Amino acid sequence: MMADGTAETARPDSGYNFAYLDEQTKRMIRRAILKALAIPGHQVPFGSREMPLPYGWGTGGIQVTASVLGPDDRLKVIDQGADDTTNAVNIRRFFARTANVATTERTQEASLIQTRHRIPETQLQEGQILVYQVPIPEPLRWLEPRESETRKMHALSEYGIMHVRLYEDIAQWGRIANSYDYPVQVNGRYIARPSPIPKFDNPKMDMNPAIQLFGAGREKRIYAIPPYTKVKSLDFEDHPFDVETWDEPCALCSARNSYLDEIVTDDRGTRMFVCSDSDYCGQRRDAGHRGHQAPPAGLLGQTGGKENR
Amino acid sequence: MSTSRSHAQDILPGFVDEVFDAQACFRLCLEAFSFPARILELPVDLSPPAPMNPAAAACLLTLADMDTPVWLDHAAAETSAVADFLRFHRGVRMTAAPRECHFALVCDAGHLPAPERFALGSDEYPEASSTVLVQVEDFDIDAGPLWHGPGLREPVRLWPRDLPETFLEERRAMSELFPRGVDYLFTCGRRLAALPRTTRLED
Repeated sequence: MMADGTAETARPDSGYNFAYLDEQTKRMIRRAILKALAIPGHQVPFGSREMPLPYGWGTGGIQVTASVLGPDDRLKVIDQGADDTTNAVNIRRFFARTANVATTERTQEASLIQTRHRIPETQLQEGQILVYQVPIPEPLRWLEPRESETRKMHALSEYGIMHVRLYEDIAQWGRIANSYDYPVQVNGRYIARPSPIPKFDNPKMDMNPAIQLFGAGREKRIYAIPPYTKVKSLDFEDHPFDVETWDEPCALCSARNSYLDEIVTDDRGTRMFVCSDSDYCGQRRDAGHRGHQAPPAGLLGQTGGKENR
Repeated sequence: MSTSRSHAQDILPGFVDEVFDAQACFRLCLEAFSFPARILELPVDLSPPAPMNPAAAACLLTLADMDTPVWLDHAAAETSAVADFLRFHRGVRMTAAPRECHFALVCDAGHLPAPERFALGSDEYPEASSTVLVQVEDFDIDAGPLWHGPGLREPVRLWPRDLPETFLEERRAMSELFPRGVDYLFTCGRRLAALPRTTRLED
């Protein structure tokens, strides 16, 4: 599969190595990824590099993707569920230019998906890799600012501080108030941040057949959840974990089981709720599902599944 | 191959394509660590110096370099060929102390040292631990113990042949040390299978 044919065509932006990073950096990141998989949920330090975009724009995820990506991959990038937002478009174009990799917007066609703040609605399959962009990897950071202390807490599996935090929420609000970045326990051991995905997505992490890799560029940490691994959202027996629900279905595709974004449509408070996963919504509309505010067929040009090479 | 240090012309070639062969082999390692006990086939051609097999050589060329001390067992270090190969292609530094190594290459599986002879990492830094490559004669998939843990939807059997009888007992004891531990990559010719530390023996 190697060398001859693909090697020639797969180096479009001369002057950069394949997928931007040099080979020694990739080896270092690859070693970190394997240790992260061997210790699910544990944050492995790595020598995060300067990337040609600022921290907060996915430098950790990009470095993980660059170290994993190959010429046979098909890459999908989403930002808040959408393929067509600035961050997603930029990162997709970055890898199309530096790795000449095929891209897609269809979840089921992608071998590698880099994501900011969502897990696709379409069930992931074995063989797929999901790379999360992570701003703050340490779940205990806002409770204990000292790295030396949080490291000890993880080492001793001493997570009382987190349970107290969640309990305080219940005492004050009657429920656990986190609606995103809701802490999880991986394989019954490490508490980890799922990155700022809505808690709606948390159940998808549990026993997922895909490989889930997390990259935090500024904080220089990589962690992972192997396929078929137990991921439990923290809760209490009398306050079990639950996810958001909506009173109405998606206004465009009428989905009732997907995460909806609220979109304000004028200055008089009119609003509509639509799928945050643009590919999922588009595919449903292509299949004939229509919501109560869907434009007449043919008017809405954009649907999922655009491809570029 | 000479018994002393190899001459430059004796050193066998590494990857045909440094970038894409390494990437393909990393994906193999990624799959192996993600799906423990699954036997995978090497996607590239490689003719490493004896006694190192192609799968072990591919893993080391993919993952080892000047930042990762490698320990060779007596069989791998019998001639300087393996060390010279790794030094030439990756600038790898050899270490005589298994407890200091990032990677270990064990060609005599029957004398695989116990886990605690390698680096187990600490509770704070469990990733500072050895990855041990063990060359075996074959994999038995119908025999041996049931393994379970992350990456395994249901428990599977795998027995890398020629391991010492003490291996299972040591493995059981190592699981108690979690998150400390070593991660194993078993190789056989062009095939490999991983048993990372989270893969446990069925009780």
